[in-house]
Amino acid sequence: MRLLVNKIFLALSIFSAMIGLAFLGWILITLFIKGLSSFHFSLFLNDLVNGGLRNLIIGQLILTSLASVIGIPLGMAAGIYIQEYGQGKYAEIIRDLSDIMMSAPSIVIGAFVYAVIVIPTGGTSGFAGAIALAIMMIPVVINTTDSMLSLVPRELREAGIALGASKYRVILDIVIKAAKVGIMTGILLAFARIIGETAPLLFTSETSNYFSLDLTESFPSLTVSIYDLANEPEESSRDLAWAASFILTSMVLLINIAGRFITRNKK
Amino acid sequence: MEKIFQKLSLSSASLVFIILIGIFITLLNSSKLAISEYGFDFLTNADWNKEVPINGMEKDIPTTMKMTDDATSNGDIVDEDDEMIMDEDEVSATKTVFGGLVPIVGTLLTTLIAIVFSLPIAMGIAVFLAEIAPKNISNVVGMAIELLAAIPSIIFGMWGLYYFAPIVADLVGGYQVSLLTAGLVLGVMILPFMAAITRDSMNTTPAVLKESAYALGATKFEVIKDVIFPYSKVGIIGSIILALGRALGETMAVAFLIGSIFVLPSAINDPTISIPVAMANNFGEASGLGESALFYLALILFVISFGVISLAKFYFLKKAN
Amino acid sequence: MPVMNIKKFSFTYPGVEHPSLNNITLPIEKNKITALIGPSGCGKSTLLRSMNRIHDLYPGNKYDGRIELLDFQTDKYNNILDIKKENEFIKLRQQVGMIFQKPTPFPMSIFDNVAYGLKIAGIKNKTELADRVEASLKGSALWQEVQDRLSKSAMGLSGGQQQRLCIARAVAVKPEVLLFDEPTSALDPISTGAIEELIVELKKDVSITIVTHNMQQASRISDYTAFMYLGDLIEYDKTENIFLNPKEKRTEDYITGRFG
Repeated sequence: MRLLVNKIFLALSIFSAMIGLAFLGWILITLFIKGLSSFHFSLFLNDLVNGGLRNLIIGQLILTSLASVIGIPLGMAAGIYIQEYGQGKYAEIIRDLSDIMMSAPSIVIGAFVYAVIVIPTGGTSGFAGAIALAIMMIPVVINTTDSMLSLVPRELREAGIALGASKYRVILDIVIKAAKVGIMTGILLAFARIIGETAPLLFTSETSNYFSLDLTESFPSLTVSIYDLANEPEESSRDLAWAASFILTSMVLLINIAGRFITRNKK
Repeated sequence: MEKIFQKLSLSSASLVFIILIGIFITLLNSSKLAISEYGFDFLTNADWNKEVPINGMEKDIPTTMKMTDDATSNGDIVDEDDEMIMDEDEVSATKTVFGGLVPIVGTLLTTLIAIVFSLPIAMGIAVFLAEIAPKNISNVVGMAIELLAAIPSIIFGMWGLYYFAPIVADLVGGYQVSLLTAGLVLGVMILPFMAAITRDSMNTTPAVLKESAYALGATKFEVIKDVIFPYSKVGIIGSIILALGRALGETMAVAFLIGSIFVLPSAINDPTISIPVAMANNFGEASGLGESALFYLALILFVISFGVISLAKFYFLKKAN
Repeated sequence: MPVMNIKKFSFTYPGVEHPSLNNITLPIEKNKITALIGPSGCGKSTLLRSMNRIHDLYPGNKYDGRIELLDFQTDKYNNILDIKKENEFIKLRQQVGMIFQKPTPFPMSIFDNVAYGLKIAGIKNKTELADRVEASLKGSALWQEVQDRLSKSAMGLSGGQQQRLCIARAVAVKPEVLLFDEPTSALDPISTGAIEELIVELKKDVSITIVTHNMQQASRISDYTAFMYLGDLIEYDKTENIFLNPKEKRTEDYITGRFG
């Protein structure tokens, strides 16, 4: 009897795993089929106004890159503080707050940036969108920096100090170098996560049909446009949304896989 | 140099604190208008952007007052120039009211559906990854689950709307865009997250504990039930609550599937709306009281999420570690 | 004159009630090897780590007494427990080096590892760096094995080689004292033998204090031995006296294996 219960349980567990994989497969296959059928290379050559996706792809990359330029150094510096300098309560609190912010609703961050940047500056802008993305990125980078630095053995730091190096030298020359691979992977994964975000951009940088490098106006976004396109009645818009979804997901998954590949190799 | 480095990293760390407080203050400030106008009634009022009569006057009283009725209210109905004395407010007899009940209910219910749907599956996957699968299969499947987690939420919305929802609607009837379909797709979204944290919690069980149970002749199921789950119980509950916290704030997947109407659902397969979706759809055009009402919703969402996530972190996940 | 003098030294870890070291008085003789032995938890590592104040990485410790380091220029002793300023700490650690139980190669090339202490001391001249790196590696019996791959990562070396690298790195700065914290406990017997030989070689240039839980090692290589137990210094004497003719019963019990 016990063995029967055991077998049933194991079967259920395996079944759940299969369900999980099935969902993954279903989504990916759907994306692949629908996306590929609407895909053609001219999508990379035309902007949305002409039925292409070029401006949106480039726009999303620009927004995410700008957010990274702001968010990565800040996040790393904060992560270094928490792990290396923080003794006691304050560092703990920052670490906890950062963790909480990682799971905070992205649309609320959009609302925050809307109130703080969009309203005073009189309109949506690429800057506002990038800032919203940066705010989302910082806690993720903090978390990964903190974790990776904590993996560096205590003795390595002590060995540096024992040679007469000052703390910041030990951190820069030894500790970060030792955690380099893990931190890089973490940053890559953070980039992949942010590039797929829609909600923070919805009313901060919105999107644009045209190619633009002007961050002071509404700025083209792949994710926001997918939402807009999907809501349009025309079949062609829906098809375009699928093609865009396919491209977006490919980008995200490729970066993700690249990130894991790096850690695997360096190990 | 050392001092500069220290100060720089401290400032960056403090930024987190500042942003969080900044968000709270900003939301509070921007919803001031709505809060002062509606107070706590906002939480129980289901009318959004509705015209509602004020001062107890009926909407269809003509603007020319009946003399006899009015004589009782303020005595003097005709002033020196023989003009009718009328209050400005009494002419426009309605005001626009915003009540947050529908989005709040929608948020809570979609999250509930998501958790109920994905909990058993997530637990099953976690058990599979932690205890049942051999190392290499566990790694591969684990990676696949992590890939599922990496898929942007808008993709879940697309797939959910055009492929998943029609099937659900076929099976249970009702609308394709509804509380149910939104909740289910939300469930698929939080599945990998819950599975991963649960698996990690289960993996903290010391091997010696498991080995002792096996050595007594327990089956795998019994070891999981009697040793691993009790040991990692706190962490598992924490993971569920954390997933709950994330589901509360999810926007894009729900936006595609919930229907986006400010109507309380009478059945589980009715369309309705959630807070993030209300914000997503209306922020662009809103102004004045309506905009403030949206900020009020944002504040409510922020406070609830913050509370739930903190609970998960501090009470459950800290204890587990 | 001893190169260091530990006088009535007590140490308490942060947040702990009772001191981990009680009133330790002990000289560290110049150009000799002093071994600290005793069962786990007796405080030998705690004492060693006080000698280069590496405890100060973790604030909140309580020190009592004095630890004196001889200043070779003035022939006077300075109490290293008085040190508060960053640059004085740095100077201390350049004079009193440390090698750890686990080999700790930095994530850089072999050359950069050995040169690290020199670079932070301000030595920039490439030739001087190269010369001193070579001298240190030769002094650590590692030169032959690595001279062709100085630019390769130090992580590729074996455990025994990594430990010799750490020794070369510490020696390059020309310290007066070298502290070894169980340097061979993580190594295989052959590497252990090589390192023991190396330590004996080194004493002509530096004064050495070694913590070891391996009594045979202490009796093999050290000139003086201090036996510690539960934070107290039970007995200090020339090594042959400790092992052949201990004065204290507890020392004798430990040596003969009755406990520990």
